[in-house]
Amino acid sequence: MKPRNPSLPAVLLLLAVLIAGCASVTKLGTQLGQGAGAISEEQATSINRSAEALEKTFADITLEQEYYIGRAVAATILQTYPAADEPAANAYLNELGQALAMASDRPQTFGGYHFLLLDSEEVNAFAAPGGLVLVTRGLVRCCGSEDALAAVLAHEIGHVQAKHGLRAIKKSRLTSALAILSVEAARNLGDEDLKQLTADFEGSIMDVTQTLVNNGYARGLEKEADEAAVAILGRVGYDPRALVMMLVRMGESVKPGGPGFGRTHPTPQDRIGALDPSLANKPVVADPAARRARFTRAVGDV
Amino acid sequence: MRMWRRGLLALAVMAVGAVAWAAVQQMSVQVRTGQLRATPSHLGKVAAAVAYGDRLTVVQKQGAWYSVKDARGRTGWIHESALTTKRVVLKAGDADVAAGAGGDEIALAGKGFNEQVEGEYKAQNAEADYAWVDRMEAMVVTPEQAVAFLAAGEVVAKGGAQ
Repeated sequence: MKPRNPSLPAVLLLLAVLIAGCASVTKLGTQLGQGAGAISEEQATSINRSAEALEKTFADITLEQEYYIGRAVAATILQTYPAADEPAANAYLNELGQALAMASDRPQTFGGYHFLLLDSEEVNAFAAPGGLVLVTRGLVRCCGSEDALAAVLAHEIGHVQAKHGLRAIKKSRLTSALAILSVEAARNLGDEDLKQLTADFEGSIMDVTQTLVNNGYARGLEKEADEAAVAILGRVGYDPRALVMMLVRMGESVKPGGPGFGRTHPTPQDRIGALDPSLANKPVVADPAARRARFTRAVGDV
Repeated sequence: MRMWRRGLLALAVMAVGAVAWAAVQQMSVQVRTGQLRATPSHLGKVAAAVAYGDRLTVVQKQGAWYSVKDARGRTGWIHESALTTKRVVLKAGDADVAAGAGGDEIALAGKGFNEQVEGEYKAQNAEADYAWVDRMEAMVVTPEQAVAFLAAGEVVAKGGAQ
């Protein structure tokens, strides 16, 4: 009896196993498939191409690398927007922020969430990858209550949670950096590799910082962060409508196209319009005296 | 011939099972410090800490929480954001790398954008304010402190914890 080619279903099943197991062996799988005559060369090329494309997106950045990107992005933004050295305000921001981050869909990042007040009148906030959140005095002043400030921080946590910052990194840089990484798996890096990796890193920091400071995210990502904020506020027990109240106040003080959120975010009116209308029907959450008092004490005169 | 085909199918099915089983059974900690909690909730008491690269055996999953056991036999619930299905390899030239495990199966710790690259970046960008980034990272609020903060502000979760 002469051995025959395996059947098509068997080859496809084997291929599925190989692809599920490890993308880098996809080529071997497609070669097997071709050899058995189950798939054409064209199909094999297409499978290989999509497997390779999968390997080079922001999702391939490990949390540890995200942490180093986030540190550099924060350090770079702090060049333009200096930190406010106010221990009481910063301690309060960190307590509130941590309580919110814990209830997010991504409570754990490599280095954890940390929050800092920026000494700037501009209405602005930045979420560096990995959880370093920076908020200006100008924005904190737009918040009339702890619930409203919670809405601001929860929105920024929403950006961290969905890794929006990392998405701003150009694909070519990731492709280059990840290629070096596969070399690094086997041995330590030479000078040339380290130089290239540093250039990729620098480029990545520029991509993220540009997006955070100048260009802003696409509307869809801002909506996603607002929705994450509403979810987090609800889970923790803050008033989800505080986001709307904060946006109304912001609408009064932010000029469209002006510095800060005016340039990088959709108008507050647009953001309110994009929120779930059922938000208005949610029960009112009380703002007890103890909460009002500590808000005033910590950030009442920033 | 028939038997050969059937044998191949059976092998493929076993391979699928093995991949799925391995992926479900063992996970690695992908954050510097992972929190093992007593209950599957963000308000659950933190019972123990696990470190980057630790391999955990999954007992069960509930929503975003895994019930796990570490190498020392400690058990608890850990949020999925702290875990990866990849094996975290702590040293270059590690046996896992030498054995040819693909990039999709392992994550190299301390590689790529790392402390060394940060050092190069700092040298070229002297104005970048890393001093404040370090101060910021030193502002640590423990889960217990965060829970106490919410209680002091009378912030009460509706419908219980997630």
